[in-house]
Amino acid sequence: MKSKTSFFKALSAVVWKDLVAELRGKEMLSAMMVFALLVIFIFNFALELDPKTRNALTAGIIWVTLTFSGTLGLNRSMAVEKDRGCLDGLLLAPVDRTAIYFGKSIANWVFMLITAAILLPVYSILYNTNLFSWGLVLVILLGSEGYVAVGTLLSSMSIQARTRDILLPILLFPVIIPVLIAAVKATGGFLAGETFSSLTTWIYLLIGYDVIFTSVAFMVFDAVVEE
Amino acid sequence: MTEVITASTIIKRFGHKQVLRKLDFSVQQGEFVAFLGPNGAGKTTFLRILSSLSKPNYGIVKIAGFVLPTQAASVRQKLGVVSHQPLLYGDLSAEENLNFYAKLYGVIDRSERISQILKMVGLEKRRRDLVRTFSRGMQQRLAIGRSIIHDPEVLLLDEPHTGLDQDASNMLDEILTRVATQGRTVVMTSHDLPRVANLASRFDVLARGKIMGSIQASDLPKHGLLSFYESVINQNEVKNEI
Repeated sequence: MKSKTSFFKALSAVVWKDLVAELRGKEMLSAMMVFALLVIFIFNFALELDPKTRNALTAGIIWVTLTFSGTLGLNRSMAVEKDRGCLDGLLLAPVDRTAIYFGKSIANWVFMLITAAILLPVYSILYNTNLFSWGLVLVILLGSEGYVAVGTLLSSMSIQARTRDILLPILLFPVIIPVLIAAVKATGGFLAGETFSSLTTWIYLLIGYDVIFTSVAFMVFDAVVEE
Repeated sequence: MTEVITASTIIKRFGHKQVLRKLDFSVQQGEFVAFLGPNGAGKTTFLRILSSLSKPNYGIVKIAGFVLPTQAASVRQKLGVVSHQPLLYGDLSAEENLNFYAKLYGVIDRSERISQILKMVGLEKRRRDLVRTFSRGMQQRLAIGRSIIHDPEVLLLDEPHTGLDQDASNMLDEILTRVATQGRTVVMTSHDLPRVANLASRFDVLARGKIMGSIQASDLPKHGLLSFYESVINQNEVKNEI
């Protein structure tokens, strides 16, 4: 007995599959975590800064670390599908292909948020800085959403190439410059104690970027994965 | 009998290389067609076109009454595909893999269907084991289970015996025979002539991007499939070209 698979059923199936497989194998999360922690350790020893300069650099260090470790995750997320031919398995399913895109994006977003949730407390301890702020939580949510929206789309494109590990950052980094600038500015502002109203420009930029790029990915994903 | 698969004047190019040249192909309901041919003949390319994973440059494909690519989702609902890769997730158990695909295909009685499939492919006792702990043969048996989880009308198999030892291949043949006798239409590519000789009801030889010869199992000559295959290949002087 069969019924037509709804968009949300297909999407939740892909999210469930990615989360269960990753929590069991831990290949992607462990690589992202270890990389992120190594980067902040290296920054900690390489930049012996006075407390004032250190605070000014915090936003940049956090976003550079998240961006680089996120790239590792995005590559791995699609490599798992490609290497065992599972991408074909997904594309053969009689579902709206954008459900596959959103499923993979949501799973990637969760992995990025887990990385951030571990990275930030460790950073606070290492740099002796209080990072907790609801504003920062909002920026991390919006910034990482924009990042995975574009990243998941581009990784499904770069995965077809032999040089996929190199290709993804080359394609991705120029496109995410707006989200990176807005996220760094907003993070810096919140950590410096600025009010929400003074940072709305950056927050709106993040929201705008997220909406535009998620919509673009929604429209072009089918064409990107088509042979 | 009804035609379940019809492909007319299919042309497929990769750059300047033309892989399929005005290929015409049709399969009746319930037929088991073995698609034979030398390496590079275009067997996998053609199977990818039938499975909606690739688009032809020219030509029309109709499966179970639906036209590709405009009605691709309806075609996919009617298709089961097994390739030489199992299309399974190593970090999920056999049961979880089937459950995932059953969700994507909208199977209603999932747990009952999964138990039925696992019993059929002889993996009931390993249902909770991760697929990465399975042998190649077990993975391929589970791949067949995955492909029929939604009870498709048409089954497309792309060299399913690749990498299997004698015992695993025999076991796979038993499952394939069972699957085919359930009224499904099967198209399988293979290089293993002795093996497909006992499975298929029709043999098509693909070479130079076209079907160069076709024969029913009941009409096979005295010396069997091998002599038919060689006569088609030699007659068309394909060997020297490939």
